[in-house]
Amino acid sequence: MDLLIEGLKKAIEMLISGDPEIFEITWLTLRVSLTAVLISTFIGIPAGVILGLTSFPGRRFVLILINIGMGLPPVVAGLWITMLLWRSGPLGSFSLLYSPFAIIMAQILVSLPIIIGLTCSAFQQMDEKMLLQIKALGATRLQTVRLLVREVKIAILAAVIAGFGRVIAEVGAAMMVGGNIRGETRILTTSIVMEVSKGNFDVALALSFLLMSLAFIITFLLTNLQQRNRVR
Amino acid sequence: MKLKQIFSLSLIAMLIFMMTACSNSTDETSSKQEEQPKAAEEVKDLILATTTSTQDSGLLDVLIPMFEEESNTNVQPIAVGTGQALEMGKKGEADVLLVHAPDSEQELVDSGDAINRKRVMYNDFILVGPANDPAGIKGMEVGEAFQKLFNDGAVFISRGDDSGTHKKELDIWKSLELTPGDNTSYAETGQGMGNTLLVAAEKQGYVITDRATYLAQKESLDLEILVEGDEDLLNIYHVMQINPEKHDKVFSEGAEKFVDFMINEETQKVIEEFGQEEYGEPLFFPYTE
Repeated sequence: MDLLIEGLKKAIEMLISGDPEIFEITWLTLRVSLTAVLISTFIGIPAGVILGLTSFPGRRFVLILINIGMGLPPVVAGLWITMLLWRSGPLGSFSLLYSPFAIIMAQILVSLPIIIGLTCSAFQQMDEKMLLQIKALGATRLQTVRLLVREVKIAILAAVIAGFGRVIAEVGAAMMVGGNIRGETRILTTSIVMEVSKGNFDVALALSFLLMSLAFIITFLLTNLQQRNRVR
Repeated sequence: MKLKQIFSLSLIAMLIFMMTACSNSTDETSSKQEEQPKAAEEVKDLILATTTSTQDSGLLDVLIPMFEEESNTNVQPIAVGTGQALEMGKKGEADVLLVHAPDSEQELVDSGDAINRKRVMYNDFILVGPANDPAGIKGMEVGEAFQKLFNDGAVFISRGDDSGTHKKELDIWKSLELTPGDNTSYAETGQGMGNTLLVAAEKQGYVITDRATYLAQKESLDLEILVEGDEDLLNIYHVMQINPEKHDKVFSEGAEKFVDFMINEETQKVIEEFGQEEYGEPLFFPYTE
């Protein structure tokens, strides 16, 4: 109990003192996570729409892969990306390992399947009759998709929120591909791991409050966006 | 309609994040590749694979800025167990190593993966355990103490992660011709020193640790030093660079500078003074050849 209070005190202290390092770590966390979610969203929603509305040979198999991917352990993602980016690996010549870019890659790998999968199921749940009606009214393909997206907005935003949750909570891969380098790839989750291993529980606790506040703010904004215009 | 605007606005905002994040990394890489021929003036990344003890004790936070300032490099310290650090060296994934497992290091030198290996410093291992010392090993010699712990079936927490500390522990068991696993209270954490100490404190077990990590964490632990000062317990750190002839992507110039930096007098003085103020005793002792 003492530790909790201590942690809270430390968190407030850290915020008031405006420690540039804390600010830097938080800023990097935010930047990396949002970038990853954004890219996942841009790729994931169209992919989910296609998977949800069309049928092609091998579609079910792709779906199985996506569904496995939704539970992809971050350390597995981290390990794969590490090997890809190693100097001796296929992308080695770009020296991307231990950079924020590598963390973003790993986070995309774990969040993309979630966004694709949830978007896809949202579109599949749609009423067939509505689809027919839209077609009957002579909508072009693009118009159809736009109408449908509006229809399943709530589910799509739920997909984005879930993807963001996955990304902001991620630590195993970020540790592996980022290396927790001070001032370069140290993000909130990896610094919490480090502070715990150093025995600095108060600092770790303070950072955890910071991380949760960050997650709260973003999720709050996204949820508001999702629940807007809600009548019921 | 309004909703759509807000949504697109936020998307644009995120896009800007992305641009900044991406452009940073691309800038770095492109400049890195272009500048390779005239590396002298450009800041280049040097990957230092090292053990958790150097990071967790805070020594790197002091040394690295010093080195970066005088050498125009950007050091990326990857703090892992010695096992992983050595493996990174063997694969050419690191430029320079700062580790403490002399036998395994020698293998790397023999295989031609590492060159320019220099002794830097030592700290010592200590055997710590619960303050009430249920096995009664306080003040014993290391071998004796290990034997007693084994016979009593005392709770012993091992790193179990192939690190220098773990290797040291295994050497001691081996010299006594004991299999630690036969003791049912023997447990392996597979984690770094800091976490292993926490586990040991929680389980009220005995554990072998480097002095630096112990001192740095002493406050939050309920463990006391029981055996120390034995010759067998020296923990010697070496620095070495990865052979550029065997691994063509290593940044050998920076690595060589780092080796020189670690053994020069000024750095050695900093190492000696490090931690004196905070803990009342040094954490590392200069020990060059």
